[in-house]
Amino acid sequence: MSILVDANTKVLVQGITGREGSFHAGQMRLFGTNVVAGVTPGKGGGEHEGVPLFDSVAEAMAKTGANASAIFVPPPFAADAILECAAAGMPLVSCITEGIPILDMVRVARYMKGSDTRLIGPNCPGITTPGGKCKIGIMPNMLFSVGNVGLISRSGTLTYEAVDALTRNGLGQTTCIGIGGDPIIGTKHLDALQLFEKDPDTKCVVMIGEIGGSDEETAAEFLQRSKMKVVGFISGRNAPPGKRMGHAGAIISGSTGTAAGKIAALEKAGVPVAATLEEIIPLVKRQLGQ
Amino acid sequence: MKLYEYQAKQVFASFGLPVPKGEAADTPDKVAEVAERIGGRVVIKAQVHVGGRGKAGGVKLADDAKQAREIAQQMLGMNLKGFVVKSVLVEQALPIDKEYYLSFTLDRDAQHIIGICSAMGGVDIEEVAESHPDKIIRMPVDIAFGPLDFQIRDFIREAGLEPTKSREIGAVMKRLYEVYVQTDASLAEINPLVVTKDGQVIVADAKFDVDDNALFRQKELAKYADASEEDELEAEAHRRGLTYVHLGGEIGTIGNGAGLCMNTLDIVNQAGGKAANFLDIGGGARADVVRNALDMVLLDPAVKAILINIFGGITRGDEVAKGVLEATSTLDVRVPIVVRMAGTEAESGLKLLEGSKLIPAATAPEAAKKAVELSKAAA
Repeated sequence: MSILVDANTKVLVQGITGREGSFHAGQMRLFGTNVVAGVTPGKGGGEHEGVPLFDSVAEAMAKTGANASAIFVPPPFAADAILECAAAGMPLVSCITEGIPILDMVRVARYMKGSDTRLIGPNCPGITTPGGKCKIGIMPNMLFSVGNVGLISRSGTLTYEAVDALTRNGLGQTTCIGIGGDPIIGTKHLDALQLFEKDPDTKCVVMIGEIGGSDEETAAEFLQRSKMKVVGFISGRNAPPGKRMGHAGAIISGSTGTAAGKIAALEKAGVPVAATLEEIIPLVKRQLGQ
Repeated sequence: MKLYEYQAKQVFASFGLPVPKGEAADTPDKVAEVAERIGGRVVIKAQVHVGGRGKAGGVKLADDAKQAREIAQQMLGMNLKGFVVKSVLVEQALPIDKEYYLSFTLDRDAQHIIGICSAMGGVDIEEVAESHPDKIIRMPVDIAFGPLDFQIRDFIREAGLEPTKSREIGAVMKRLYEVYVQTDASLAEINPLVVTKDGQVIVADAKFDVDDNALFRQKELAKYADASEEDELEAEAHRRGLTYVHLGGEIGTIGNGAGLCMNTLDIVNQAGGKAANFLDIGGGARADVVRNALDMVLLDPAVKAILINIFGGITRGDEVAKGVLEATSTLDVRVPIVVRMAGTEAESGLKLLEGSKLIPAATAPEAAKKAVELSKAAA
C-alpha cells in the first residue's frame, strides 16, 4: 500500500516539451511511471518521445484517463497550470516549479478552496511510491526501495539524503512526498501525516521540516493525539532571523518559525527529533521495534 | 527584497498615500540643503534595515539646517546595530497627536492576506503582540474582493482608532492594500500612521518588502534591488546570480538545495565552527556555476576553510568535481577545501578529485569536522 499514487496512477506532464519537463518525463518512465499524456498549449495532436500531446488538461484527461499531473511549467505560468488542473477536476497535481510569485499562490489557494483536487507543492520534488513503481516529479530514481517507512519533507535534497540513508540501512519506503519549500503549499505536513495514518502498510513516518511558518507546530499538535510512530528532523538551527535561506518559505520572522520552537513542539508530542540526518536511522529502527 | 524607508515612501506616495515632505541625502551638505528647502523643524532618520532606530540614536530632530548638518555629520557613517549608515532621510517634523499601526502581510497558515491594525503604534509591533495581544486586530482579506468597506469600518472601530478620522484612515488602508497586491509585496507596513495635532493623517514611517519571486513582473521596483543590499558580499553574489547569505563565520559552505545548505550550517555548528555563508548552487548545476560559487566564497576574507557538501540528484558529482578543479587551477585558493559527495555520479566525481589538493570526506559530519579542524589550524 501507499498514499496518493500507486501502480494505477496515469500521469500527465504539463510542460513536457520544455527542457526540465522532457528530461524528467523520461526519468519518470524509466522508473516505471505510466506517463500517458503531455500538455503544451499549441502542440496538441503531436507527440513527444512517444507520449501524445494535448492542448489542454481537460482534453488530455478525457482522452487518456490521466488522474495525476506533474507541472514543469516556468514560474510566470505555473499558477495557471495548477488552476487549469483544478478546473478540469484532476485528482492529484504535483507542481515542481520553483519561484512562483506568492500572490499567485494566494489566488490559487483561494480558487481551490473546497476543490477535490489535491495539490502537492509547488517548489517540491514530487511524490514517489516505489512499490507501485510510480514517481511523479524529480526525485533521483536509484534511491528507493520498497518497505514500510513513509517520508514527508519540505526540502528536496534532504529528501534524497534521507531516502538514501533509509535504503542503505535496509529500511524501504511506502511513499515519499516532498511537500515543498514555499510559504503557500497545497499539502502540508499535517495533511500528509493524516494520509499516512490511514495507510496500514506505513509503520513509521520520517518528517523533515525546516525553519519558517508553523506547519511543523500544527503537525505536532495532531501527533499529540495520534498513535502514529514518527521521527522528526528540523533543518536551519543556525539560520539567522529575517534572512531567507534559499527557500521562499524558510525565513524566521520575529519569534515564529525557529528551529528550537519546532523541535520543542515535536518533542512535547512525544516525537523523537534527530539532531543530524544520520541519527534518523537509529530512531526509525527504534520506532519499528528493531 | 527589502526597501529602505525613503524608497518605500516613494512607492507609497505613487499610490496616493500621504507621506511627509522629505528627501534622502548621503552627505552633510545635501542634508543641510534639503533641510533648508523643507524649512522649519526636520527629522533626520538613518536609512538602515533594522528596527528600533530611535532608541539606537538613528532618529533625531533638528531645528534648522545648521543643526541638521551637525546631526548628519554624526549619523552618516555611524554603526547602527551592526549596519553602517550610508544615507539619511530628511523630513518635515510632524506635530504628533496619535500614533497607529497598520499593515498588510501574508497569513501563511490560513493562506490569505491579512490586515493588521493597532491603536498602539510607534513601537515594535512584536512587543505589542507580547504585552497587549488584545490590542492587535486582524482582518482576513479575500484576494478575490480585497478589503470590504464594512470590514474596514469594523477594523477601525475594534482597534479603537480615532472615530472622527475613520474615513481618512479607511482610505489609507485601501491604498495600502493596493500597494500590497499591485507590487507583489510580502509586507506593506505603516508604523506609525500619525494623526497630527492639526488633524492630518500621515504615513510617518514605512516598511516594505517585495516578493523576490515576483521581481520579473515588477520592473519598476527591480531598480531598488541593488541599492537595497546592505552587505557588500551579498550584493556581489546577487550580481553573480547566486543564492548567498553572508553569516560572518569562518567556514565557507557550498551545497546543492536549500534544505541541504541549511543543514550544512547546522553540521558546521555541531562540529564547533561557524559558517561564513549559505550558498546554494541549486539543482543541476554545471561546472561553471560551481566555479563561480567557489570564487564567491573566497571573496570573504574571513573564510579559513571551505566545505563543499553535495548530494547528487539532478546535480552530478562529476560536474561538481570538474567545476571545483577548474576553479582551483585558475583561482588563488588560499584555504583548504573539504569535499563531501554522495548520490548521482559521486564516485566518478571523487575519482576526478584524486591527486588534487582537495580533501575528500565520506560523510557530511566528517567533512564538517575536518573543515573546522583545518580552519583552526590555519588561525
